[in-house]
Amino acid sequence: METLSLLMDGFAVALQPQNLFLAVIGCFLGTLMGALPGLGPANGVAILIPIAFSLGLGPIPSLILLTSVYYGAMYGGRISSILLNIPGDEPAMMTCLDGYPMARKGQAGEALSLGGVASFVGAFVSTCGLVILAPQLVKIALLFGPAEYFVLFTVAFATLGGVSSTNQAKSAFAAALGLGIAMIGSDSQTGSQRFTFGEIHLFDGIDFLIAIVGLFALSEVLIFLEHHRGGAVGTSGATKVGRILPDFAMIRRCLPSMARGTGLGFFSGVLPGAGASLGSFLAYSLEKQAVDRDGKTFGKGDPRGVAAPEAGNNAAAGGALVPMLSLGVPGSGTTAVLLAVLLQLNITPGPLLFTKNPDVVWGLIAALFVGNIILLLMNVPLVGLFTRVLLVPTRILMPVVAMISFVGIYSITGSTFDVMLMVAFGFAGWVLRKLDVPLVPVILGILLGNQMEVNLRRAMTISDGDWLILVGSPLAIILWLVAIAGFVLPMLVGRRVKSRMEAQRPEDEVSVGD
Amino acid sequence: MSDRIFGGFGLALALFYIWAASIIKDSFMVDVIGPRAFPYIVGSVLAITSIYFILRPDDEPEWPAARDLLEILAATVVMFLYAWFLSDLGFILCTTFATAYLTWRLGTAPLWSLVVGVLTAVGIYVVFHLLLGLALAEGPLGF
Repeated sequence: METLSLLMDGFAVALQPQNLFLAVIGCFLGTLMGALPGLGPANGVAILIPIAFSLGLGPIPSLILLTSVYYGAMYGGRISSILLNIPGDEPAMMTCLDGYPMARKGQAGEALSLGGVASFVGAFVSTCGLVILAPQLVKIALLFGPAEYFVLFTVAFATLGGVSSTNQAKSAFAAALGLGIAMIGSDSQTGSQRFTFGEIHLFDGIDFLIAIVGLFALSEVLIFLEHHRGGAVGTSGATKVGRILPDFAMIRRCLPSMARGTGLGFFSGVLPGAGASLGSFLAYSLEKQAVDRDGKTFGKGDPRGVAAPEAGNNAAAGGALVPMLSLGVPGSGTTAVLLAVLLQLNITPGPLLFTKNPDVVWGLIAALFVGNIILLLMNVPLVGLFTRVLLVPTRILMPVVAMISFVGIYSITGSTFDVMLMVAFGFAGWVLRKLDVPLVPVILGILLGNQMEVNLRRAMTISDGDWLILVGSPLAIILWLVAIAGFVLPMLVGRRVKSRMEAQRPEDEVSVGD
Repeated sequence: MSDRIFGGFGLALALFYIWAASIIKDSFMVDVIGPRAFPYIVGSVLAITSIYFILRPDDEPEWPAARDLLEILAATVVMFLYAWFLSDLGFILCTTFATAYLTWRLGTAPLWSLVVGVLTAVGIYVVFHLLLGLALAEGPLGF
C-alpha cells in the first residue's frame, strides 16, 4: 500500500511537463540508437550521458532522459533485426531469426508492430516486477554491514562475466583492470596520492565517463572501421515495411509467447551478469521447444518467434534495474552505465536510496511506466519514420557518433587531456574486444572500486584487522557461495550456451553488452 | 600466441602496479590496512590471471590484415590529433577534418567526405552550442 502511494508521488514527478518532454525525447533518441546497427543501449546511453550533464539538468530529469534512452534502445533493437537481418545490439539477435523471414514474406510492418507490442508487454510487466521486488530486496540489503557489502561487490564481479564470456580469467582480469584504474588519484581515507606519478590531471582520478564513452562508443567506431573500411555496408537492402497496423488475431495468438518470454526475461535480468542477451536467447529457445518441437515454423517467419525474444529482452531490461537500484550492483552493461549516471549525480544506489531519495527512485520508476506508453505509441504507428533512419548510410553516421562523444566529454570537463585519454580508452577497448576480454567488468571496476575498497577498510577497522570478518556472518557466507557459483558455473555451462548463441548469430558485428 | 603476448603485457603491468603501490606514501591518518592493501590485492589478481593467459591461451583471435590494422591505427591517431589541436584550431575546423577523414576511410568519395565534414561540424555547432548552450572549444576565429 505504501509502495502504491510512493509510486503515485513518482507519477506526479514524472508527469511534470519538462520531465514528460525529456521522456519523449529520450524515447525517440533511444529508438534511433537502438535501430542503428552497431549502436546498442549501452553505447546510446554512454554517448548521451555527458551531453545530459553538460545541459545542467537536475538528477531526476537527467535520469528520466537517460532511462528513456535505455528503454527506447531496447525497443529499437528490433528494427534493424527485422528489416536488415542485422541486430542493432546483442539482445536483438534472436529477433532476426523469425523477424527477417517475416519481412521477406512481406510482413515487415506486422513483424515490427508485433515486436513493438511484445516489447511493451515485456517492459511493462517487468517494471511492475521492479516495483514489487526492489523494496523486498532493500529489506535484505539493510542487514548488510561493510563486510557483506565487500562480498556483494565480489559477487557482482564474479557473476558479471556470466554466460557471455567463457574465459572467466579474462573477466577477472578485466575487473582487476577496472579496479586498478579506480585506485588512481587521491586515497579517499588518507588523502595520499596513488598512481598519479605527479601528473596533475590524475589527482582527482580518472572520470568514469571518459572511460565509459571511450571503451564503448569509440571502440565501436574502430570496430566498425575495421569491418567496413573502404566500403561500408549499404543499407539500401532494407525491406519495404508494408502494412503497419497490427493484426489483432496475430497478437492474440502470440500473447502466451509474450507472457512466457516476459517471465524468462525478467528472471535473467535480475540475475547478475545474465542480462538481456540471455533473456532473449532463453525466451526464443524455450518458446521453440514449447510450440514448435519439430522445427516446422520457427526460423521461417513464425510471429511467435518474434514475440517471445522481444518480450524477453525488454523484460530483462526492467529486471536488471532491480539489483542496480536496490543493491547498487548492476547486472548488465547498460545498468553499469546508468549506475555511473547516479554516482555522477551524487546519488548512491542501494538500500538507502529508497529511504533517502524516494522521489528519485519512484520518479524514475514512474517515468519508466510513462516511457513505455510513449514508446508503444511511437513504435507502432510511427515505425515507418524510424525505418527511414536506416536509409542514412552508417559510414556517415559512425563519424557523427564519434564527434558527439567528443563534444560530450569536452563540454563536461573542458579539458583536451581528457579527450585524449578517451581516445586512448577507445583504442584499448578495441584491443580488449579483439582479445575477447569483456569490457563491462572494466567499467564496473572503475565505478565500484572506491566503494569496494572503502567497505573493505571499514570492515577491517571494525574487526581490528581480522580478515575473518569477511566470512563472519551467515549472510556473508551465502554471498561467497553465490560468488563462487557465479564464477564457476559459466565455465561448466557457459561454453555450450555461448556456442549455441554464436550459432544463431547472423553477423559478427554486434555491440558491447546490453 | 596473442594471448601469451597479452599475458606478458598483463604480467608486466601487474608487477609495475604492485611496485607503484609499494611506494604510496603513508599519511598521518592511517587505518588498519592502509592505502596499499587493496592495490596489492588488485595487482595480484592481475598477475595471476596474466600468468593463466600465458599458460592456457585461447584460440587465436581474428586480427585484421596489416593494411586494416594500419587503418585502425591511423584513425586512432587522427582522433588523438583532433583532441591535441582542439583548443588551438577550434571546434569547427577540427571536427570538419576529423569527420571528413573518418567518412572518407569508410568509403565516401573525398569531396563528399569534406561536405559531410562541414555539415557535421556546423550541425553539431548549431544544435549543441547555439541551441543547447554547451561549451565547445573556441579557436582563433572564435568557433
